[in-house]
Amino acid sequence: MSDISVAAERDDNLWAAALQSRSFVIGVLLTIVFVIAALVSFFWTPFDVEELAISSKLLAPSSTNWFGTDHFGRDIFSMLMVGARTSIAVAFVAVGIGIGLGVPLGLTAASWRGSLLDEMIMRGNDLVFAFPALLIAIMITAVFGPGAVNAIIAIGIFNIPVFARLARGAALSLWTREFVLAARVAGKGAVRISVEHILPNILNLLIVQGTIQFSLGILAEAALSYVGLGAQPPTPSWGRMLSEAQTMISLAPHMALFPGLAIVFTVLGLNLMGDGLRDVFDPKTRRSRT
Amino acid sequence: MKSSKLMVALGAGLLLAVSMSPALAQRTDINVGMVLEPPNLDPTGGAAAAIDEVVYANVFEGLTRFDSSGAVIPALAESWDISEDGLTYTFHLHSGVIFHDGSPMDSSDVVFSLERAMAEDSTNAQKGLFAGIESVEAPDAETVVVTLSAPNGLFLFNMAWGDAVIVAPESAENNATNPIGTGPFEFVEWVQGDHVELAKFDSYWGEPVALDQVTFKFVGDPTAAFAAMMTEDIDAFPNFPAPETLPQLEADPRFTVIVGSTEGETVMSMNNGREPFDNILVREAIAHAINRQEIIDGAMFGYGTPIGTFFAPHNPAYVDLTGLSDYDPERSKELLAEAGYPDGFSATFHLPPVATYARRGGEIIAAQLREVGIEVELINVEWAQWLEGPFGAKEYDLTIVSHTEPMDIGAYANPDYYFNYQSDEFNAVMEELNDTTDPDARTALLQQAQTIIAEDYATVFLFQLAKTGVANAKLEGLWANSPTQANDMTGVHWTE
Amino acid sequence: MLIYFLQRFVSLSLSLLAASLVIFLLIEVVPGDPARFMMGLSATPEAIAVIREQLGLDLPAWQRYFTWLFGMLQGDFGISYTYKVPVTDLIADRVWISLPLAIYALVLSTAIAFPVGIIAAARRNSPADAGIMGLTQLGIAVPNFWFAMLLVLAFAITLRWFSAGGFPGWDAGIFAAMKALTLPAIALALPQASILARVMRSSLLDTLSEDYIRTARAKGLTRSQVLWRHALRNALIPVLTIIGLQFSFLLAGAIIIENVFYLPGLGRLVFQGITQRDLIVVKSVVMLLVFAVIVVTFIVDMAYALADPRLRKGRT
Repeated sequence: MSDISVAAERDDNLWAAALQSRSFVIGVLLTIVFVIAALVSFFWTPFDVEELAISSKLLAPSSTNWFGTDHFGRDIFSMLMVGARTSIAVAFVAVGIGIGLGVPLGLTAASWRGSLLDEMIMRGNDLVFAFPALLIAIMITAVFGPGAVNAIIAIGIFNIPVFARLARGAALSLWTREFVLAARVAGKGAVRISVEHILPNILNLLIVQGTIQFSLGILAEAALSYVGLGAQPPTPSWGRMLSEAQTMISLAPHMALFPGLAIVFTVLGLNLMGDGLRDVFDPKTRRSRT
Repeated sequence: MKSSKLMVALGAGLLLAVSMSPALAQRTDINVGMVLEPPNLDPTGGAAAAIDEVVYANVFEGLTRFDSSGAVIPALAESWDISEDGLTYTFHLHSGVIFHDGSPMDSSDVVFSLERAMAEDSTNAQKGLFAGIESVEAPDAETVVVTLSAPNGLFLFNMAWGDAVIVAPESAENNATNPIGTGPFEFVEWVQGDHVELAKFDSYWGEPVALDQVTFKFVGDPTAAFAAMMTEDIDAFPNFPAPETLPQLEADPRFTVIVGSTEGETVMSMNNGREPFDNILVREAIAHAINRQEIIDGAMFGYGTPIGTFFAPHNPAYVDLTGLSDYDPERSKELLAEAGYPDGFSATFHLPPVATYARRGGEIIAAQLREVGIEVELINVEWAQWLEGPFGAKEYDLTIVSHTEPMDIGAYANPDYYFNYQSDEFNAVMEELNDTTDPDARTALLQQAQTIIAEDYATVFLFQLAKTGVANAKLEGLWANSPTQANDMTGVHWTE
Repeated sequence: MLIYFLQRFVSLSLSLLAASLVIFLLIEVVPGDPARFMMGLSATPEAIAVIREQLGLDLPAWQRYFTWLFGMLQGDFGISYTYKVPVTDLIADRVWISLPLAIYALVLSTAIAFPVGIIAAARRNSPADAGIMGLTQLGIAVPNFWFAMLLVLAFAITLRWFSAGGFPGWDAGIFAAMKALTLPAIALALPQASILARVMRSSLLDTLSEDYIRTARAKGLTRSQVLWRHALRNALIPVLTIIGLQFSFLLAGAIIIENVFYLPGLGRLVFQGITQRDLIVVKSVVMLLVFAVIVVTFIVDMAYALADPRLRKGRT
């Protein structure tokens, strides 16, 4: 630990410092494992996840089926690999919606601070924040039908105010900085300043928040799938694997164990990586966070 | 009748034994688990099976009733006479019957109940049961005369349904939330989302029951159901929703597992009015693509009996027609090619919210159909959506449901039913059946009907739902089979 | 101050109005006819039509919206389609499960987070701190419904210490009722406690680095004296904010946990309402929860404004 605080004083070598932080490295490694599993599943999985083999159902972990089989005789390891794909896709697009709509809104609000537009955007944000997120996500998927796409939209909507607030807050402090004033004096418009000067400077913040929202998205997708409103069968999904495992928990605990661990390690990895990135981008927080 | 009397006598004897030896305090309460909560408690104002599962025989009684074997036995009507032409039924009512609110039950209540069910603005979900009634009269307080417009071999059977129970004019409107009947248990409270509590009705006209208190607890989630049994929060779960846990429960000396039969024919419907399912070759191809045993093993964990037609295998009139649609994927592919779909096709498959046969069964069926080239998109729906879309508007390709009403083969004669099945031959048989009272002739007609729909591959006949019940080993008197949707608690008692 | 209060109050009312409109519109597009659901599989079209009329489902949408809105203002949420009893009664019953559960979970989470956060801050960079921070990371990453499953497996099915679900009712006695809420409260509290412990720790560390603390240290107070006498009180402000946020989250967020444990609370009521197409229940409960969140936020804002006049000028 003392190594880290020494390293922190050398701002120029932050990345090296970050790589010395054990938790950041663990986070990156976990994330890489998860992404690789998802990518490899496009070409290869140990077993076909769409083929059922009822006769070999509920097998305990073995050298053939590393994580055992489920109630249909499908290989759980293979299903986790393909399920990683679902989790990534849902969380990634949901974060994309949040950034794609939230950041422009936040920047707009900051550019015309105190205007009616600003007030409307921020009140709209408050409104979305006021809705209990999971409840509304369940309502949306119940209304428009369960499925991955609606899950993405439901999760994505709640990412918008997160990024809008973040972008507005960060942009407001940048608007008073000299380089922005200089740009204004040079006659650049608000939109141009936002895109050319503000956006690049808040990118770090967005990446950090994006990582955190990504992990929250994975948890939300798991929760929605768990109640049957996420990706639909036969597409494997970690949350649905858990709900299917539930009645068999005393019969085949491995069915509940491995998908749960997959979620925990993925979310853990993303969170550790997010924290590490925050430290890299903003050394001031190191003091209290490590 | 004899056996139920014996049971009641046994129960009464036990009660006596208990009162004599208070040290061996006998439990007289029971917590019964149910998967679905009833939307209301009025069996004459809704068709949900859960209503009958709470109130049938416990709170409400009709003129006749089903016993545990499905036979029609006397209930509020002590006996009856049928006229020569089969048009007039004279019911002789029990005397001294009172409703739970203390008012006496007499022939005027019967007239009211039947006329209410038949009325234009009736909300009775089974109005068809009363369709043939021309008039209901009450010559005296204990006699009711029902005149039919045409002979109906099923009339006494119809009067045994939960939808035909006798209610009182002054309480009928509130039965949905405060049911007042003539049964051995009276309604105490209903905590929505959790339980309905009934208590012994002390002024019951018939043999007194052994239990003082019956609580129906609603546990829809299979895991929660299993956990509730394990922790003994629930004493009996007549339709246990997690068959996969039954071996474990059976191994536990605290419990008995009661596997019986139900009236639930589980079928996959193919929308007969839609391409390509209007083609009998396609329907036959699908039937041969399905491996029933795999579905029973994978979805029901072995509980269920394969069927080849829409009839309960435990019924004496059942014909085994499973051979017509045996598992033969090669034949299936040939038939598809013959029908003009050598490369298969794609279809949607609506799955109602039943974890076992529908959701798990649906996944297995989808995998089996994929083997013969039919790509199926699974669509999970809630009951309300299912009733609106596939069932109500017939908007579906494939769907799966278990039909739990007794003797419901007549559905195939209903042109408005969601099967979209039309067969003049079948309709003629059913019409003849309605006018036939001779048992042998009825059996022959029923078998003819079963064969017609099986040869037409009207739906894919999968399996008869098993009644997988779990109960505390010290409980006796629970129904093993499910001849109708009911949890009759009148004969239940604790031993030891 | 009064002007600020009025401003905020108007915006609160507008938010509530907007929320009610959004909820109503969302509910309007739900497929599935409640009348048909109520009547079941073999109901005749006439019977369904009669029920539709009884429920007022044949009225135009705007008329139903205003009926609902004005009803709510008078505390009347209408009659449940499925249960045929006033929604107000249903909600009143359920609140006595959801509210105690949320409070229970909050108390647990605070009781865990405070000592843990303080220890971590006091022994900053020690192995204890590292261990605690690692565990809290894990706590945040664990989905609460999975944790609930593991709790049921361990404490209900295997050890049989707790009942695996259901609620005996408050009539069964405080002890029995609290016992039934214990596993759900633990499942809900774990992630919250992890977040709270981290906030507690970083807030304490921030406070400890402030000038006045340094002064106090310089005056000769020991590190732990400073921590308990000065830092803790000041570090509590951000912690209390998080607790406020968590409370509304717990109230609404228990929906899945209530389902795992079969607790007849508000979350379960909504879920049942959705599956049974009891839309009047769904929109009323969701509205109530949104109301709770908006009002809690309003109260927090007001408290801040009282404490810190600078904030009254506008939120940034």
